[in-house]
Parts: sequence; structure tokens; C-alpha cells
Amino acid sequence: MINLHRYANPNQFMRLSSPLVPVAGLLTCLLFPIGLYLALFVSPPDYEQRETVRIMYVHVPAAWMALLSYTLMAVFSAVALIWRHPLANVMARSVAPIGASFTLICLITGSLWGQPTWGTWWVWDARLTSVLILFFLFVGYLVLYGAFDDVAKGARAAGLIAIVGFIFVPIIKFSVDLLDLRTLHQGASVSKLSSPAIHESMMWPLMVMAAAYLCYLITFLLLGVRTEIMAARVRAGQRMRAEKGIQRGNSE
Amino acid sequence: MRAWSILVQRDLLMAWRRSSDIFSVVMFFILAVVLFPLGVGPELDTLRKIAPGIIWVAALLAAMLSLDQLFQSDADDGSLDLLLLAPIPLETIVIAKCCAHWMVTGLPLILVAPILGILLNLPLSGLAVMILTLVISTPTISLLGSVGAALTIGARRGGVLVALLILPLLTPILIMSANAVDLALVGLNYTPLIALLGAFFLICLVICPFVAAAALRLAAE
Repeated sequence: MINLHRYANPNQFMRLSSPLVPVAGLLTCLLFPIGLYLALFVSPPDYEQRETVRIMYVHVPAAWMALLSYTLMAVFSAVALIWRHPLANVMARSVAPIGASFTLICLITGSLWGQPTWGTWWVWDARLTSVLILFFLFVGYLVLYGAFDDVAKGARAAGLIAIVGFIFVPIIKFSVDLLDLRTLHQGASVSKLSSPAIHESMMWPLMVMAAAYLCYLITFLLLGVRTEIMAARVRAGQRMRAEKGIQRGNSE
Repeated sequence: MRAWSILVQRDLLMAWRRSSDIFSVVMFFILAVVLFPLGVGPELDTLRKIAPGIIWVAALLAAMLSLDQLFQSDADDGSLDLLLLAPIPLETIVIAKCCAHWMVTGLPLILVAPILGILLNLPLSGLAVMILTLVISTPTISLLGSVGAALTIGARRGGVLVALLILPLLTPILIMSANAVDLALVGLNYTPLIALLGAFFLICLVICPFVAAAALRLAAE
């Protein structure tokens, strides 16, 4: 078992993450142009949808990253609650807005894709409804985190709701499946267990875009945690100055 | 067992003394359901189609209104600290409070729902299944609501926050219940959905007391 508490010291985290952030950022800046070039120019048009299929390269990785973000948020929250790891709550809080943004991108690009292909901006089928509920779960986490005057209390409460939400997401997905028997949204084409049902000329741009999104997630996750650590230092410094001011005022 | 019944009696007594609380929740339920025909139009066929959904959404919203006071009043007057120190498990206390909350909120909703179903032109077959789904699922709402209430003790705008947190988790109940009534109206077999609702209740019965107890301990730190 890795001793995670070795990385609990914020200074240690800052030291470890400071080389990682530029590397991840650089990878993001490299992968996005490559991925977009592959997606928009190299990959073939679909025989049915023609050029509109290219929205897939933005929509599908966003969906994958949204689910990954929620999983990461739940895992970090669990680590914070079980092992009282001081940075785990900060990491969960930093993942949340990134995950919410990916979910929103997924919903909006999906809507834009649906209009020319299905003829409708929105439909209440299983996948769309589940992703919409996922967005509400992210927003609920963020609102609960900031709803307390004591930030630590908010962090713990939000951690619990992240874990509860994670337990209920499969149930929600299953029940939403019951809603629509004739789903409009395509099923999964890329599965880990079997060979993917998607041609490699489309799979490689998809994978490159997914890698770009992942590097984006890592970059901004690390940046978010570093910013929060620095903000905490600023707040501590302000408090110390205020206390010194009070002491000087008392002694005069 | 005795401690459990004492706790339920205590909550019922406090609710009886503040009986306007129960009354206002039921009145909100009725009002919310009555607003829909006024907004959608009085055509009976339309109303019959959307009746299960309306009644269920209104029941959910009415339940959300009553939830933030579940633990807040105890936290305010210090009883929560005493309950945390009690020799009985905190999970038992949570179940007792959920039970009292259901008797005070869920039961009145179940009793009023048939009248509202008639207002919305729901035929008798649909009404029966509507009541059945309410009976099975309102305890689930109380259980999940207790988790939300425990998490938002001392939060700003706790009432709205409980709704924001718990309503996404309650969507399976809404979907399955409304679907069950729709199937019953057409004459198809709705028992699998009732079974699923029962399963959801049992899952919540097992998970929610522990989560709510953990949240109460966190709130008291």
C-alpha cells in the first residue's frame, strides 16, 4: 500500500506538481492541434452523416472525461473521509468544475449534433437524461461545498454527497433506461472487452482527442490544487498580520 | 425497540404541537397539483395523460419542503448533541426520525392523493396503482431526505440545498412510479416496476441510515 500521507504535506505537493504542470500543459497544447487536425481533416466523412460526424470527436471524449471526473471526485472524497488525507478534499473540489464543464460540453455538442442528424435539439432518452442528472450532481456538490461558513465542514459534507451520488449513479442510469424503449442515442461502440466496433481511421483521431482532454483535465486539476494551496497560504498570512496588528494595538 | 418507539413518539408529539407544519406541506401539495390544470388547460384527456407525473412531482416537492427541519430543530436546541451521546446506535435514531417524518409528511400525502387524482381525471385503476407507488416510495423519500437533511445542518439556505442534492437521486422513483401508473392505465403488467420500487426502498433502508449517521457525526464536529 503506497503511503499516500507522504504526499499530504502541501509543500511536498507543490514541489512534486511544479514540474508536472508544464509537462501536462505542453502535452495538452500538442495533442489538441494534432487531434483536431486528425478529426477535422484526416478522418473520413461518415457515409450517412457526412461531415457532421466530426462533432463526435469533441462530444465523445467530453462524455468519457465527464464520467472519469465524477469517478475521480468520488474517489478523492472517499480518500478524504476514510484516511483524512488533507489534500484529497481540495483535489475533489478542483475536479468538480472541470467535470461539470465536460458534462456541459457533452450536452451542448450533443444537442448541436442531434439537430442535423435526428431533427431535434433534445430527446428524453436514457443517455441524455443520465448525463443531465450527472450535471446536477456536479452542481449539487459545488453548491454544498460552499454553503457552510466553516469550509472544512462544507468539504466533508460535499465529500459524503459525492460518494452517495456515485453509489446511486448506476441505479439512476438503470432506471432511466426503463424510460425509453426506443433509444435514439447510439450504444457503446468502444468497449475494452471486445475489439471496437469503429474503424481505425475514426478510432485514432478519437483516441488522440481523448488523450488531449485527459491532459487538459490533469493540467487544470493540478493548477486548481496549487492555486487553492497558495490561496490558503495567503489567507494564513493575512490572519497572522491581522493578529499582529491586534497585538500591537493591545500593547500600545 | 423501546428507545425507537420513544423517539418516534417524541417526534410525533413535536409535530402535533406544530401542526401548522403538516398542514402547510399538504396544502402545498394540493396547490401545486391544482396549478397544473390551470396552466396546461382543462382538457380531460391531456390531464389524464400527465396526472401521474404531476402528482408525483408535486409530492416530491412537498416532501422537500419539510425535510430541512428534520435535524435542524434538534441541532438548534441541543438535542442533537444528546442524541449523539445516547447509548443506542445513531443509525437507529435516524430510522426513528425518518419513520416519524413519514408519518407526518408521507401519510397525509398518500391520503390526499386520491382526491387529486380524481381532480386530474385519473381512472380508478390508475388511482390504485398511484396509491401503491406512493405507499412504497414515500418512505424512500424520507430516507434519502434524511441524508440530505443531515448533510445540510448549519448550511446557508438549507431547504433549497436539500432539494438540489436529493432530487437527482430521487429521479428513479419518479420515473418508475409514473411509468407504473401509465402501464396500469393501458392495462399492461406493472408489477416489475413495483418490485423495483420495493428494491430501491430496501437499498435506501440499508444505505441511508449509515450515511445520515456519518453526516450527523460530521456536523457535530
